[in-house]
Amino acid sequence: MTPQASYQSEAQPLDAPLAPQKSRWEEFWLLFKRNRLAVAGMVIFALFFITAIGGLLLTSGVDPVLDPSLVRLQEKMQPPLTQPNLDSLSPGQAPYLGTYLLGTDELGRDVFARMLQGAWVSLTVGFVAVGISVLIGIFLGGIAGYYGQNHIRLDHLLLTGTLIGGAVMIAVGRITWGSGLLVFGSAYLLFLFFQSQRQIESLPPSIQIRTFTIDTLIMRLVDIMLCFPTFFLILTVVALLPASIYNIMVVIGLTSWMGTTRFVRAEFLSLREQDFVAAARALGVGDLRIIFRHMMPNAVAPVLVSATIGIASAILTEAGLSFLGFGVPPPHATWGNILSDGQNYIFDAPWLTFIPGIAILIVVLAFNLFGEGLREVLNPKLRER
Amino acid sequence: MISFIGRSIVQKTVTLFFVSVVSFLIIYLAPGKPSQIDPMNPKFTPEMVERFRKQFHLDEPLHVQYLLFYRDLFTGRTVSWKDNQPVLGKIWDRFLNSLPLFIVGTILTWTLSFPVGIRSAIFRGSTFDRGSTFVAYFLISIPGFFFAYLLIILVVTQLHVPVIGMQTFGLGDTSPVHMVMDRIWHLVIPSVLGATGGIAVLSRYVRGQMLEVEGQDYVRTARAKGLPSEEVHYRHALRNALLPFVTMFGLILPGLIGGSVIIESIFSWPGMGRMAYEAILARDYPIILTVNFLSAVLVLIGTFVSDVLYMAVDPRIRL
Repeated sequence: MTPQASYQSEAQPLDAPLAPQKSRWEEFWLLFKRNRLAVAGMVIFALFFITAIGGLLLTSGVDPVLDPSLVRLQEKMQPPLTQPNLDSLSPGQAPYLGTYLLGTDELGRDVFARMLQGAWVSLTVGFVAVGISVLIGIFLGGIAGYYGQNHIRLDHLLLTGTLIGGAVMIAVGRITWGSGLLVFGSAYLLFLFFQSQRQIESLPPSIQIRTFTIDTLIMRLVDIMLCFPTFFLILTVVALLPASIYNIMVVIGLTSWMGTTRFVRAEFLSLREQDFVAAARALGVGDLRIIFRHMMPNAVAPVLVSATIGIASAILTEAGLSFLGFGVPPPHATWGNILSDGQNYIFDAPWLTFIPGIAILIVVLAFNLFGEGLREVLNPKLRER
Repeated sequence: MISFIGRSIVQKTVTLFFVSVVSFLIIYLAPGKPSQIDPMNPKFTPEMVERFRKQFHLDEPLHVQYLLFYRDLFTGRTVSWKDNQPVLGKIWDRFLNSLPLFIVGTILTWTLSFPVGIRSAIFRGSTFDRGSTFVAYFLISIPGFFFAYLLIILVVTQLHVPVIGMQTFGLGDTSPVHMVMDRIWHLVIPSVLGATGGIAVLSRYVRGQMLEVEGQDYVRTARAKGLPSEEVHYRHALRNALLPFVTMFGLILPGLIGGSVIIESIFSWPGMGRMAYEAILARDYPIILTVNFLSAVLVLIGTFVSDVLYMAVDPRIRL
């Protein structure tokens, strides 16, 4: 072995790319577990998830194990942990666990079963509403941040107006006018397509003049949405629409995407100037791949944090709506309407108020603490101090 | 400066126009008609419905209704569909009822959150800091209506003071002192409840600002020249940490008209929030739309004021 070769063989490990000592997840976990409140929040979050899914399995179906809507008038308003009086109950009415774990309400329904049923409602409302708002937020924020500097042309604007106007007119009932507008719009769309294929001459520039930017459009939309008093708007829409849990999820989602849009836009504006994006573009990587593979993973941290906290506030909003009597129609239990029914018996049966109240408090607190813990770990600036 | 103000007024007027269109469309395109609110009521004959529709222009096309509605709003002639009272007058009455809640709540928020936030920033990591952090999260997370019941139970069973409504019913000719105390007791719990969320959020924000400023070089310099720590904290750090809060004076404006629906319905407080809630239940569109419009106006004025204030306080910002 020549000296040269031995030198090289020793140097080899140094030249080879060094993998980080710890993976990204290990490092994340090391930082995260120092914040004990956040870890507690995460554990409660996991427990809540399991409870809600278990609750769905146990309380739904034709013959559920724990029937949340079984009325036992002879056993009404029993405090938690009372034994049922088996003489007065028919065999099918006895609680599954042999005791009313959380008592019964004013109709003798098992509060434990109702709480389990309500957990699923809270969970789905939180996740679906935040899912909707995050999707809208990432989409609009991404467009505003990445394509924002492009201008919208006047003819595009007129085209959109024509198409929407036509659709509205057909919906209102003026079929002739509406279809006329739609046909005209589609004809122009076809014309634009051929124009982009360079097969025909372009129009005089006066109609294809550039107006405002896409960024302006989206950010003004955000401003408009921020003008509405959120809870009032949700209340109005939910009251006007037929009562259903899906309406609530969609409405909460549609009124809470503005923060995410702003975060994502700000992140994208700074990311698109960075070298790795320029490198990807120089390699000829397509826009969609740059957005979703290169930029999104770097922009997703603040979105994740605001989503966690958004789930907490969506659960609170749903509880508030149920409390006011909107939301899920009655036989179905949610934590908000258990509490709202229980308030009438606050001195005789305080557990009807306290059990759902404390459950909401704990779950929302867990989400908030978990979210704040994430924020601290994911944001290096906060971490150091 | 002038050009900024001009641009921003134009921009905000355009925003307001779109807000008015969107809220109008949301309300009018929702399923159900206001004239069908009570189909089982025998007094509601088809002729009545027809007259009702004519009186409130419900038989016109949508864009005409829109124009008529906002023309009426700006000339102050909008009337409630429920009782034919002028909407602006009704809102003004309820606004006066909500105002004490708003004022007391705001004072509580601003006077409590600053000391708490500053102290937990100065003694970072201390028991006080960790305690106040947890309490802040607790207050953010507790559902308002549940907290309201906790306080009601506490106050009614321990202090034996009345809490529901704006004043005790039938208190006719007692002494003025008694009357005033009665009003104050009724005011306390709803305004404390209204302030809790604000205190929690604002004190966290004050703490964050203060920590950021305490990490700056000029604070280290001040400490290095041997200034007493009070002077460093309050003269050097605090003054700079307060800057962003000047802008928040503008942002509390929208709270003037919101009122809390939930708190006002629990305490039977005849304020804005409850009026809006009743209007929603009765499909009283003029009131819903007017409240919405006014609150959008206040949001826009609030952001405008805060922009201008920020320019006035911070010489680095020249928009």
